Amino acid sequence: MSSHASTDQLTGRIGRSWSGRRRWPLVSATGGAVVTAAVLLPVIFLIVQAQQSGWNQVHHLLLRHSTAVLLWNSVRLAVACTLLCAVLGVGAAWLVERTDVPMRRMWAVLLVLPLGIPDFVVGFGWISIDPALHGYLAAVMIMTLSLYPLVYLPVASAMANVDASLEESARSLGLSPLRSFLRVTLRQVWPAVLGGCLLVTLGLLAEFGAFEIVQYQTFTVEIFTEFKLGFDAAAACALSLVLVLISVAVLGGELALSGRGRVFRAGPGAARAGTRTRLGRWRVPSLAALGALAGLALGVPVGSLVYWLTQGNSSTLPSTSILAAAGHTAAYSAAAAGIATVLAIPVCTLSIRHRNRLTILIERLSYLPMALPGLVIALGLVAFSVRHAFSLYQSSFELIVAYAILFLPLAVVGVRSAMAQASPRLEEVGRSLGSGPAEVFRRITLPLIAPGLGAAFALVFISSSTELTATLLLRPTGVNTLATQFWTYTTDFSYGAAAPYAGLMVLISAVPAYLLSRRMRTISRIGQGA
Amino acid sequence: MSRLAVSGLWKSYGEQPVLRGVELEVPAGSLTSVLGLSGCGKTTLLRAIAGFERAERGQISLAGAVLDDGRTYVPPERRRVGYVPQEGALFPHLTVAGNVGFGLSRAERRGKTVPEMLEMVGISSLAGRLPHQLSGGEQQRVALARALARRPEALLLDEPFSSLDATLRTRVREEVHSLLREQGVTTVLVTHDQEEALSLADSVAVLRDGAIVQQGAPAELYERPADERLARFLGAVNVLAASFHGGAAQTPLGSLELRGPLTSDAEQGLVLLRPEQLEVRALNGNSESGVDGVVGRIELCRYYGHDALLHIRAEQADGSELLLARVGGDQALPVGTRVTVRGRGSVTALD
Repeated sequence: MSSHASTDQLTGRIGRSWSGRRRWPLVSATGGAVVTAAVLLPVIFLIVQAQQSGWNQVHHLLLRHSTAVLLWNSVRLAVACTLLCAVLGVGAAWLVERTDVPMRRMWAVLLVLPLGIPDFVVGFGWISIDPALHGYLAAVMIMTLSLYPLVYLPVASAMANVDASLEESARSLGLSPLRSFLRVTLRQVWPAVLGGCLLVTLGLLAEFGAFEIVQYQTFTVEIFTEFKLGFDAAAACALSLVLVLISVAVLGGELALSGRGRVFRAGPGAARAGTRTRLGRWRVPSLAALGALAGLALGVPVGSLVYWLTQGNSSTLPSTSILAAAGHTAAYSAAAAGIATVLAIPVCTLSIRHRNRLTILIERLSYLPMALPGLVIALGLVAFSVRHAFSLYQSSFELIVAYAILFLPLAVVGVRSAMAQASPRLEEVGRSLGSGPAEVFRRITLPLIAPGLGAAFALVFISSSTELTATLLLRPTGVNTLATQFWTYTTDFSYGAAAPYAGLMVLISAVPAYLLSRRMRTISRIGQGA
Repeated sequence: MSRLAVSGLWKSYGEQPVLRGVELEVPAGSLTSVLGLSGCGKTTLLRAIAGFERAERGQISLAGAVLDDGRTYVPPERRRVGYVPQEGALFPHLTVAGNVGFGLSRAERRGKTVPEMLEMVGISSLAGRLPHQLSGGEQQRVALARALARRPEALLLDEPFSSLDATLRTRVREEVHSLLREQGVTTVLVTHDQEEALSLADSVAVLRDGAIVQQGAPAELYERPADERLARFLGAVNVLAASFHGGAAQTPLGSLELRGPLTSDAEQGLVLLRPEQLEVRALNGNSESGVDGVVGRIELCRYYGHDALLHIRAEQADGSELLLARVGGDQALPVGTRVTVRGRGSVTALD
């Protein structure tokens, strides 16, 4: 079995072993440092910029009456929308996943699809039907209809996976179906509900386009106006800091709430699907409710889009400009998706494979952009480039970086789940079979996390291609993306001309949104089996 | 042939020491089993030998070359130590042949090694399958072939049979054993299964609380365990009071020969007697006169088919002594039977 040659090789290589071992974590560490810097940079420059106008001024600005109005507007909208989304999302998820409602597969797809329609396109859909629509109630309705899938999607997949034996145990311990739903099922999916609500609230705080359309003043709208129309960068940055504080408070609140309840599954083995609740005479009302939800959330925007597409005067649509816009959108989005996905790899490698306080902190920081509205990140980047790198100001590169930072959390989520499922045991076996760390990464880790990388890329690509607010601020002069061109036409009330751009955006994002809703289910199933 | 040696190995996770000065000697070409309860540190020991964990103190050496002594550290890919983890850990994205050939160079992968290895473990027909299409036993065979394909100097098996069901376990165990014999690989087998350790290994090392309590041939450990806890860990045992008198121990079950010299000069002490060393005879009638040994009543009979374990309550003055006796399955006696019990063979004194 043994040979002298191999023994000699063994001893001869000891001296070289150090460099080989140390080099690889260095790659991850560098990646982690880049991510941390990129995420913190916009916030730091917001503070710098706000400070420039003097704290007195900032103080004055924040204490004026209109700030209180903005705060009240943002809060009452966030509370109403989040509650409505929670009720609609959980209710719809329960009907589809836990009852015998007819045509479940169709509902499962239809209820998710509104996620693929950008909020400002939903706003456009409603306002083009009824131009008088505006104010608080219009904002609540439009945002609820476009954001409820953020609750529906995670809750539905959690409900599909609730171990039936838990509900059955509850029933055998004497609980009625309703009480066992409230005390067992709802408890199990509670983290999914909270997570969905968090996304809804953060989405509301970041939204600009839809509110501008229905003329509802929130922090984000006001910041945009101050910066674009008032040319007051310092005021915009000061207001942005308030927005950041609100978002971070929301994030902290969610962490505190979700930290308490934990979901365990007793014993190994896959969860069993339970028996579905029979709706009986509630069948027709349930169907009607699902139909109404899908009709309002999906039917109205798509319907009005189709209407304006067929009305569209071909002369208002120079086909070259839509091609150019589509080309820019695709190029920027693909570049951003590539960067974000590549950066997510070291973040996840560090936090999963080299877990310690520092690497966990890096991972948490990479989620920070989720709490930062696109507008805030854009403003931070503007402040940075104006001061230190003017050549970057309104360059394609800066826009791509903004997208990459803004949607980094999506990439991290996608890569993280794949990386967590790729057992470190496999990498160790690879090492013991003679492959160095880099080779193990190429031959084992990369193939294993490839689906996760694909999902991450797709998520960032979709989100970038429909991004409006940061794009309006950062796009190179004269360059239009689908979103900005759509916006220009909409604000000119040229709905027919705007419709093709919206249609293209919906196509770009609806197909992956559909695929994603199916994939999410498969992932959670596989995860259960392992 | 390469000898694997571990001396004074320390390893902690945070404040908690997991290995506290482990001494392990694996003779070249032998199969040595590390036996211990879960949490005793046996997997950590294996991972340190494989190079997945770094030693804090102590030394690990293979064929005379230092693998790790707290300063020098050879990374796993340069150790030539094969590793078969629990559940096999096959690469899910590669076929059986791809798995087995993973550690080989591109040229070798196309050569004869992979088919030879597959044939050796008897799964040639499965070369094109993916891991999830294999049964548990087949997965273990692929994992073994994959580790052996590189002709490692030493092979580490981490509870390789524990995920298999009972029937399959015995068969795969036998096959693997004869395969390793044939190949003459220096092997460390980690297990929590006493029967597996005793029946497979040339040498058994018992790991407890991060240190090796005793290492030796299976029979030596079973017959002369270092302490009572170890004796009980390796199987059921009777501990009896005895007085020592020139190479023999006087026990309630008769005068029995002592194994090895006494370590102290004490005249009184405790001795170990395995259940199979007890002779049990049913008492016919009430004639107790002239009976040698202890009289008792069968309280419980655990019948296993090939043998049976009897719990016998002695009718002594205190009446509390419980004796365990193993008899052939055909000699199992009903509960309540009055019996006499005698010892046979030699006994080991406890320190």
